[in-house]
This record gives sequence, C-alpha cells and structure tokens, in this order.
Amino acid sequence: MPKDNGIGASPKRREDVRFLTGRGQYTDDIKLKNQCQAMFVRSQVANGVIKSIDTSVAAGMPGVLAIFTGEDFTEVGGNPAGWLINSRDGEPMKEPKRPVLAHGKVRHVGDAYAAVIAETHEQALDAAEAIDADIDELPAVIDMADALANTDNLVHDEIETNQCFDWGWIEDNRAATDEAIKNAPHVTTLELVNNRLVPNAMETRASTGDYNPGTGDYTLYTTSQNPHLTRLLISAFVMGIPENKLTIIAPDVGGGFGSKIYHYGEEALVLAASKKLGRPVAWTATRSEAFLTDAHGRDHKTTIELATDKEGNFLAIRTSTLANVGAYLSNFSTVTPTFLHGTVISGNYTVPHIYVNLKAVFTNTAPVDAYRGAGRPEATYSVERVIDKCARELGMSPLEIRRKNFIKKEQFPFATAAGLEYDSGDYHALVDKLEEIADFKGFAARKAESASRGLLRGLGVNTYVEACGLAPSNLAGVLGARVGLFEAATVRVNATGNISVMTGSHSHGQGHETVFPQLVADMLGMSADDIDIVHGDTSKIPFGMGTYGSRSMSVGGSAIVKATEKIIDKASKIAAHMMEAGEGDIEFNDGVFSVTGTDKSVSFPEVAFKAYVPHDYPHDKLEPGLEETAFYDPANFTYPSGAYACEVEVDPETGKVTVCSMAAADDVGNVINPMIVEGQIQGGLGQGIGQALVENCVYNDDGQLLTGSYMDYTMPRADDLPFFTTDQTTLTPCTHNPLGAKGCGEAGAIGSPPTVINAVVDALSDLGVTHIDMPASPARVWAAIQAAS
Amino acid sequence: MHNFDFEKPSTVADAVAALASEDAQALAGGQTLIPTLKQRLAAPSKLVSLTGIADLQGISHSDGVLTIGAATTHVEVAAGGYGSLSVLAGNIGDPAVRNRGTIGGSLANNDPSADYPAAVLATGATINTNARSIKADDFFDGIFTTALEEGEIITSVAFPIPEASCYEKFEQPASRFALVGVCVAKMAGGVRVAVTGASEEGVHRWREAETALNANFSADAIADLSVSADGLISDLHGTPKYRANLVKVLTARAVANC
Repeated sequence: MPKDNGIGASPKRREDVRFLTGRGQYTDDIKLKNQCQAMFVRSQVANGVIKSIDTSVAAGMPGVLAIFTGEDFTEVGGNPAGWLINSRDGEPMKEPKRPVLAHGKVRHVGDAYAAVIAETHEQALDAAEAIDADIDELPAVIDMADALANTDNLVHDEIETNQCFDWGWIEDNRAATDEAIKNAPHVTTLELVNNRLVPNAMETRASTGDYNPGTGDYTLYTTSQNPHLTRLLISAFVMGIPENKLTIIAPDVGGGFGSKIYHYGEEALVLAASKKLGRPVAWTATRSEAFLTDAHGRDHKTTIELATDKEGNFLAIRTSTLANVGAYLSNFSTVTPTFLHGTVISGNYTVPHIYVNLKAVFTNTAPVDAYRGAGRPEATYSVERVIDKCARELGMSPLEIRRKNFIKKEQFPFATAAGLEYDSGDYHALVDKLEEIADFKGFAARKAESASRGLLRGLGVNTYVEACGLAPSNLAGVLGARVGLFEAATVRVNATGNISVMTGSHSHGQGHETVFPQLVADMLGMSADDIDIVHGDTSKIPFGMGTYGSRSMSVGGSAIVKATEKIIDKASKIAAHMMEAGEGDIEFNDGVFSVTGTDKSVSFPEVAFKAYVPHDYPHDKLEPGLEETAFYDPANFTYPSGAYACEVEVDPETGKVTVCSMAAADDVGNVINPMIVEGQIQGGLGQGIGQALVENCVYNDDGQLLTGSYMDYTMPRADDLPFFTTDQTTLTPCTHNPLGAKGCGEAGAIGSPPTVINAVVDALSDLGVTHIDMPASPARVWAAIQAAS
Repeated sequence: MHNFDFEKPSTVADAVAALASEDAQALAGGQTLIPTLKQRLAAPSKLVSLTGIADLQGISHSDGVLTIGAATTHVEVAAGGYGSLSVLAGNIGDPAVRNRGTIGGSLANNDPSADYPAAVLATGATINTNARSIKADDFFDGIFTTALEEGEIITSVAFPIPEASCYEKFEQPASRFALVGVCVAKMAGGVRVAVTGASEEGVHRWREAETALNANFSADAIADLSVSADGLISDLHGTPKYRANLVKVLTARAVANC
C-alpha cells in the first residue's frame, strides 16, 4: 500500500493553496523599487521596409526615459534556433537573424520595431503612439505553397527563397518506400491540415529586467518554462552577458504549453534598458500582444499515403508536409516539425517502409514552435486519420485494422522504420481496455436513439504512441541539437532532517511541488510534508533544461532519484560510523538505518543531525553535511501510448458537433500521483478536443490576424467537453529510467484530435463524407454535408 | 485608456445636460464601450453614467405590457420569469456581462449580433426616450445605428406581451454572440419574425415567414421558403449561405418551441 503521500498516493496539490487564495507571485506581481515601464511599438503590416523611425516627439513626452529601435541592437547577436536541420541535399537550413527589435524590415503583424521606457504604463503608451515610423508595405507572404513558388516576394531578403529546409527522413529509405507504394495492392491517400493554434496560457508573457550598477549583476524576472535555458540563450547567443552575472527568476508562471520555453526579444530589451537607465524595467504583454507574438503551434499541410495489401497489412507510409515556421526561427521551431514529428510516423504499428518529406516555410506570420505535443500530434493525426480512411476503403473495422498491424508486446524493444527504438508497450492490451471502458457494444442503440432526435451519431477510435522524456543528449546531438537535454537536481538535507530539493524542472501548473516530494519521501521513508521543492531561480538550483516534452518526471524526477540515492549512500556511511558497523552491514528501510542481524538502528533525522554536528566524526573518511547533486541524462526517449474512443452527435441542420463521450486508456508507465496524472490527461483531452472542434488561428491574405481576440479565437470551454472516462492501469514501465515513468503531460493532446475527427467522419460517412479538416466547426461540417448531398 | 471626465447624474434631465458637452458619451453597462476605451479606439471627453438614475431602473407589468427600465441589467430580466425574454437575457454573454450589461445599452449600441434587438423587433416593442417614443420598426437603422439623436437617452422599453414567443440562438463559437438568432412572436396583430446576426443591415424582419406563419402557425409552414444569402454577413464563422440556412432552421425551431 502506498503511504499517504509517497509514490502512488494522491495528496492534494500543495501549490493550489496559494494559487486559489490569490497568494501566487507572478512576474507582474513583483514590483521593484523605482521600477519603470516598457511598451513595444509593433508593426501593423505583415511585411514592410522600415524607411525611417521618428522618435523625436515621443522622446519629449512626459515621463519618457528612453526609446530603443532596432539600430540599438545591431551589435548584439540574434536569438537562435536550438537545432540545426540539414536539407536532403546536405545543405544546412537557412537561419536568418532574429533580432531583439526588427531592423530594416518588419516581418509580421506584431513584430516590434521600437520600445519606449517611461515612468508609467500610460506614459509609455502615449509615447509609443507618438512614434512615427515610415514603413513601405510589401505584399505579405502567407500561403505556404505560394511562399515556396514565389521567390520575388521574400520574408528574408538575405536568403533566396522562403524555404528554411527540405528534410527527408530517412533519406536512405526513400527509394524502397516509393517502390513499396508503387507495387502495393492498395494505397490510401489523404490530404489534411493540422490547424494553426494560439497557445493562450492564462498568464500572458511578462519580463522585468533589473541591472545593479553597483555589482554589474543582471536579474531577469520572466515567464519561462526553463530559466537556465533562457540564461544560456541570453548569455551565449544574444547579449553576451556572462552566465555568472545573470540570474533568471521564473516565479509562479501561469501556464505555458510550450510558448514559454522560448527566449523572446522583450526579455533582452528589458535587460538592456535596465542597464542603460540603472533602474528596473518591467513589461507585461496584453492579451492582444499574446495573440500576435507568442509562438503559435502546429500549422502543417500534409499529404499522407498508406500502402497495404488486400488484407490490410501495412506495407509503407509516405508523407509530404509543408510546415509553417513563421517569420523567424523560434528556439525549437526546427526540431518540432522534424525529429518530433517524422520519427513517430510509424505510430503503434509495424510498417516496413517509411519516408517523411517536410519542407519548412518562412511566412509573414508569428513564429511557430512547439505547442503541447509538438510534432507528435501532427504525426498522430496524419497516421490515425489515414488508417481510418483505409479501413473504410477495405471494409474493415477501425479496431480490426489497427490490431492487425500493432507491434506485439513480445516484439519490444522494437526498432521502427522511422528511426526510433520503442522500449516497451502493449497496444493490444490498451485496445482491450478501451473496449471495456468505452461500451462499444451499446453504440448501435445510442446511434438509433440519436437518430430518433434527428442527430447523426459517430464513433471514432484511434491509438497513439509518442516519443517524449526529451531527450538522450547523445542522440539529440547526432540529430542537430545545440544543447544537452539532461536534467539536474540537488537534494539538501537540513540539519533538522527536513529537505529542500532544487530541481531544474520548472513547474507552471504541472504540480511538481506536490509530486516531487512524494518521490523523495518514498525513498527516505519520511513524510512529504517535510520536503519542499525549489525551482525557477538560476541562482538557487544547480542547472536545468526545464519543463517541456513531458520530461519532468522521467528526466527531472530521475535526477531527483539519483541525487536521493547519493544521499542514502552517504547517510549509510554516517550511520555505519554511528553504529560502529561496516558499511556493507547497513540496511536502510522506511527511514531507519540498521545493522544487519542486530537490533542496532538510527533514524534518518539522527543521521542528518550528525552530518551537520560532526562531533565524533571520521573527517578522514567523510565530509560533513548532507547535500548531493545529480545530473541525469536519459538513455532513450520514453514512449507513452494509448487508445482513445469518442462519440459525437452531429446536428445535420446546423453542422454543430457535440462530444457525447470520450474514453482514454493510456499507458504512461509507472504513475507517481494518480490524481495529477488524471488531471494532465484530462487537460490534454480538453486541449485536443479544442483543436479538433473549435480552435483556429487565421491570417488573411494581407497577413492580418483575423483571430486576434477571444471574440474570434474559440477556446474550448467546460460545456464543450464531456465527462471523461479514463484509465491508466494498462501500464508497461519504461525500461531505462529508475522510475519506470513515461510521461503524461502531452498524451491527451496528442491522442485526441484524430479520435474526434474520426468520430465526426463516422457520423457523416453514410452521407459520403470521407474527411473533414480541423476545426470541425458548425459552418465547415454543414458545408461538408451540403457538398456530399 | 485615454483620460476622460466622469459624471454620474441622478436624473434624466441632468444626464441630458451632461451629454450636451462636446464629445460626451453615455455609459450604461459599459460592456462594449469599456473594452473600446481600453483599446484606445474611442476617446470621449466625458462619460456620463446612466446607472445612478432611479427612473431608468425597474420592471413593471400592466395592461398586457411589460416595461423595462433602460438601465435594467440582463440578470434582472433573466430572473423575472418573463418567458422567452428572460431566457434570452439569461443567455447573453457570461455572468459578468449579464450583471453589468443593460437592455438600453444593448439597444442603443445595436450590435448586428446582439440578442435584444431580435426580441424588441419581433414583439414590436416601443423604445421610450427622454424626448419621445419610437416604434421598434423605426428604431433600428443598420448596424450600430439607430434612430436616436445625439444626446438622446433611452429611458425604457415597453414590450406588448405576445400570445406565444420563442428566441432561438445559434452561438458564434468564440464570442457566443448570435451567429444567427431568430425571435418568433405571435402577437395580437399577427406573427412577427425578427432575425439578428445574419444581415449586413443588422436586425430585420423576415416578412415572408410572417405571412406563411399567419396562415399556418407551424414549422411546416416555412418549409418551402428559401432565404437569400444576398446581403448576409460573411466571416470566419459562417458564409452567407450558412447563415441563410440557419435563419430558416432556427425559425422553424422557434415556431416549434413557441
């Protein structure tokens, strides 16, 4: 039985007390003495040449302290892409500079070309409006196919086309895949769109720069998922501030979903402005700025072909995709559509031949980067949609065709044709579990009942496998990563026996402050209440690569386990000394060190006290203190998987889709806190349903964002979602990390969009509809019904 | 938000006087005006709040007419048990909007996707102002435009109580304004059908449906009618054709649910 707050228990989230009582401390809550305000002047046009910027009027306005333009940053570096991707011909990707402020050209609506610092927010706003820029508008590059075809109109003049790279995965598999498709008895082809999304974290981005002229130290308070990574980017690439002179503090952060992984120009600006003025400089994005400038997600156009024999055995998959990277390369923008997408095209299946081609395209839109799931939702959607279509063409049930092609339990570890080695999984068991929880047998009756009310009912199913727990540094390095992807932790046992754990895994909604203490408590046999987590401050924690890619438990948690093992190791030595026994005779169970075969024992707090009060201490053998740091680098990705089912009702008169039920059987490996895992799964399902049915980021041909507020960008709301039926008991532990955990943060968002669309298409299949693009909005569904009938 | 002066008079006469100054703007619940000011899309010299005027508050019911003070909030109407009018009011925006927004503000603004204009037009209500009474058929004058003169203040709205009525709203998914809303009211003088959300001209009556429903008040009566897509709104959430379809579907449903 799990302890009430150890591994397997579900204590309530301790951080919620402060969040729910208004005691959180977000970046905008931090008011530093003498703080002044920054305001950005942003482009109203998508593409234009900056002829001149007249700041003279603004400079003389009340309260104005400084004005910056792109000119002021020509000597500093650009914000880089974190992964170097090579094209099929071996050429490295095109990497135009991403400046702190636009210089020479503006490249998307919202691109900042000037910034005003003033005493108050209102004064900065007044002055920002008084800045007079002469910008020659150019035609906007928006449509990806047009962008590739038209080289007269460029997002970046210094590169000759709008193509960032043309990637093949795996290029050596191309000929065999082509051949297999050419000779296949059956090929199902599907063209689909993975709709562009705006992340919409509840807290908008905010940054406060604080330079201390007395010490030369910089502090940046910012909304980051990974403060050390931000420090590294600012220090090594953008501003050259030495890492030892720069502290990044990401305090409470209200959600990120990927959008706060990245370093943004506003962070560099407030640091530079603080240096110039010798005062703290603060900025908080409005919601409009968030829509215009947070890195967006998804935005793929894909053609996928699935070749099978007549019995539905998969022979080959080939995909061709255009991926929008927007106007500038954001930090993870090149790895997301490539290695986080192409490598999981094999899905849960044995597919002998796989070839993925992906062209990344610059457009005059906001940068596009990793967003909850990051590449894997795009792959899963393509594969699971084409399988569904194939099953209909072959007259097979969607479960039958999947079961037939699953990788079998006994085949693990399994090397796919897309270049990954899945360590563990049991996909047949997941589908069996899904059948149990989703009540497929009752569907026909429910469909008839819906029909009696004039509604079309559909059932959609699919499976997914994803690669997360980012990432083995050696493999990432081979694939072009410019950083390592380990995680670090320090476990500090205080003299009185309580513990502080410093982790590089930043928590911005995940519940780390609750779940990480459970690990340490379980290992040390103590109460989690005596353990606290410290995160989000580069001056307090050893290092960290941050939170994304469902890596916090499998990588960050493993680092904590490793550091705690070191604590136990050292404490055992102290205990051996205390009990005058040999180290090899010491046992540690439930917080008590004992000598094998005797009744001698000392408790963990007694050992901790001895470590800090080392009277009678073997200084020749042991150092005082009880604090250990560990870095953990995973041996492989982790591979969560799942099987989902969804039932929808479609109103054929209005096209409105209602999600009636959603069942999710997930294998996320070993579970530390079932309640938190359940919350992560449910949140992901909600986000996936949002993508499938309502969310859509749309630019018009002029590059104006049509969905720039909640009046037009639809977020899923509680009444859009059904009660979820979930299960995480069909688990196969990860084989290569000490916890056996695989990750659960992105699973729901990866697995659920195809489930919903498969259900909508199923509902409309009698009318002859074979596909509908996301989001399946009422107008789009109605139009599809009209077109079919 | 730009700076402005603020007045909160307690009588209609004082409000009218306050609104006489240049670029003064009346403020009711502020559910459209305040966001507009926050985005600096308007810069009135003075805001004149109408929420402190007792004469604009309250709901009364006599001789088959329901009279609602212009500054009455949506929650008050929603809670009053006034049939489909209360249902309509209870589904405007969200609780925050319903607790601030007022019927007079909604009508004066005449957003092409607002709900109240459909009920006012369908029932042939009368809009009373500080200066006169205006029939619903004369009040709405294209999107965001009404018969109100500069500085004229709505004081109340008088609804003749219908024999039967129903408002069917199909929500725009993001804003939850009416993508299309149809109010059908069976009045003593005949059936009236008002459509909001659909037309580039704003709220309007569907007279062909009224004729058909006067002959036969059933959903089947409009089955053979077609709605032209000409002049209907086209946006991200619906084409003119889609809106034309919704007008007919929602009218039929409103009749069936009357």
